[in-house]
Amino acid sequence: MNVSFPHALAVWRRNAAMYRRTWMLNILPNFFEPVLYLAAMGIGVGNYITQMGGMPYIAFIAPGLVCVAAMNGASFEVTYNIYVRMNLEKSYDAMLTTPIEPQDVLAGEVLWAMTRACIYGGSFFIVIVAFGLAPLPSALAAVPVIPLTGLLFAAIGLAFTLRLTNIDLFSFYFTLFLTPLFLFSDIFFPLKERLSGMWLWVAEGLPLLHPVRLARLAFRGELALVEVWDVAYLLMVSALLLAWAGQTVRRRLTN
Amino acid sequence: MIVRARAVSKRFGEYLAVNGLDLEVPRGVCFGLLGPNGAGKTTTLRMLYGVTRPTAGTISVFDMDIARQARAVRARLGVTLQQNVLIEALSPIENLRVFGRYHLLREPELSRRIDEIIDFLELRSHATMPVRTLSGGFQRRLAIGLSLMNRPELLILDEPTTGLDPAVRLTLWSRVRDLRADGATVLLTTHYMDEAQRLCDRVAIMAAGKIIVEGEPNGLIRSHLAEETVELDCAPEDERALFAGVTLPAHRVRIGRRLMLYVDDAADLAKHIHTHDGGGRCMLMVRPTNLEDVFLTLTGTALEGGAA
Repeated sequence: MNVSFPHALAVWRRNAAMYRRTWMLNILPNFFEPVLYLAAMGIGVGNYITQMGGMPYIAFIAPGLVCVAAMNGASFEVTYNIYVRMNLEKSYDAMLTTPIEPQDVLAGEVLWAMTRACIYGGSFFIVIVAFGLAPLPSALAAVPVIPLTGLLFAAIGLAFTLRLTNIDLFSFYFTLFLTPLFLFSDIFFPLKERLSGMWLWVAEGLPLLHPVRLARLAFRGELALVEVWDVAYLLMVSALLLAWAGQTVRRRLTN
Repeated sequence: MIVRARAVSKRFGEYLAVNGLDLEVPRGVCFGLLGPNGAGKTTTLRMLYGVTRPTAGTISVFDMDIARQARAVRARLGVTLQQNVLIEALSPIENLRVFGRYHLLREPELSRRIDEIIDFLELRSHATMPVRTLSGGFQRRLAIGLSLMNRPELLILDEPTTGLDPAVRLTLWSRVRDLRADGATVLLTTHYMDEAQRLCDRVAIMAAGKIIVEGEPNGLIRSHLAEETVELDCAPEDERALFAGVTLPAHRVRIGRRLMLYVDDAADLAKHIHTHDGGGRCMLMVRPTNLEDVFLTLTGTALEGGAA
């Protein structure tokens, strides 16, 4: 199961070649989306909620939304796009006629999903900086959280996609998994103030919670090495799911 | 030998797709793997380039064990899949570039080979248009072009001309001949017997996961059937009346209403049918026996008479 990085990069470049065709169309919404969120949530709702977690509401939600953007970037890639490439376009069957092996395909796709996460999350971050909502330089510590969020949701999304037999079921993933994460991962209100006891422990299982926490601490200039748990969660969940995906993708592409 | 497969079987659950297959493809030939749908042709090809693992048996390609050295084997062969796998939003040049990178080709070699293939397959006029706007013939040529990016010593073509018009098929055949003349070994599957007969130095006919006969196309025809074929429409119940007074040849094939009779000299039989069919309604045709007849005789389900 050794990954050949040059071959994984060739898979990455396939997707990049396609993306380059449409990047102008793709990237513009990436900038508008955060502006809309910030306008609606910050200026609208924020007008009634002046403070949350000890800061203006708009500043409270900004770091979390960066993570959401990264999550969405990776998720679209590893759900619809990979499903289409694997089952409809048969792109991987073509790759496997060359020296590329299934694990290279997987590595290339995860790298590409992380790239998309960086494009989405990065655009969002730039907008937030432009609006003066990211205190510099401390907020820069949140930048590495973007690819990590991409990695985590690439791994989770892949695990789902590899089990899926019908493209219509992706709406379950988005509506019943990603949307609740979006709403209940400490982005819009501090979970600590609304949940108690056991439920707080349950919430620790929510994947989006950890990058959001890291990003917010970075924005506050409070990110420290003690955030081991959140980083460990990100890396371990990703590693476990990708190890499983590695086995599965080999079974799916070869027989 | 470029390909050597020994006692290869592949089982999918209860279904035995390939059953104890032995196959040898010598260097520099064009080898045709023929057989009805479900005969195990595609599974056989997939095993040769290491994407399907045999349940039993051994396969070596370029004298390397495919089970251990799949990457090294695939670096030296090219495969055109049955279904075109092209990136429709990109142009032929961009598709070739993406595929060349799968083989880790770099500039300037990458562009040089793209140019070569664009010229070789006459894609220049459409080289920069999105693939989705190209005709089926162009798309197929491009799909074959992709598998040439690594200048393969062995080219595997899974039904290369299915669904193409006759002119495109002729062009493709001539390109395959060029490749073979340049020293490449070609292994193709096809449903078209004329394709196999015109293109292949050797053919193997597969049925139910096994190779049932193998040889040079004309040799196969000669060794299995008589030289000429009388082909006509004739319902089974009319056969007795129509052929009253003639000795029917040993080899006959019936597919629905169509009856094929294999004879050394068709003239007498044809004359007899002409005078007895009541006005030429039987679409009589006399032609040289071809590979399709051998194929039908050996694999056809509608066999009757003394078929081999």
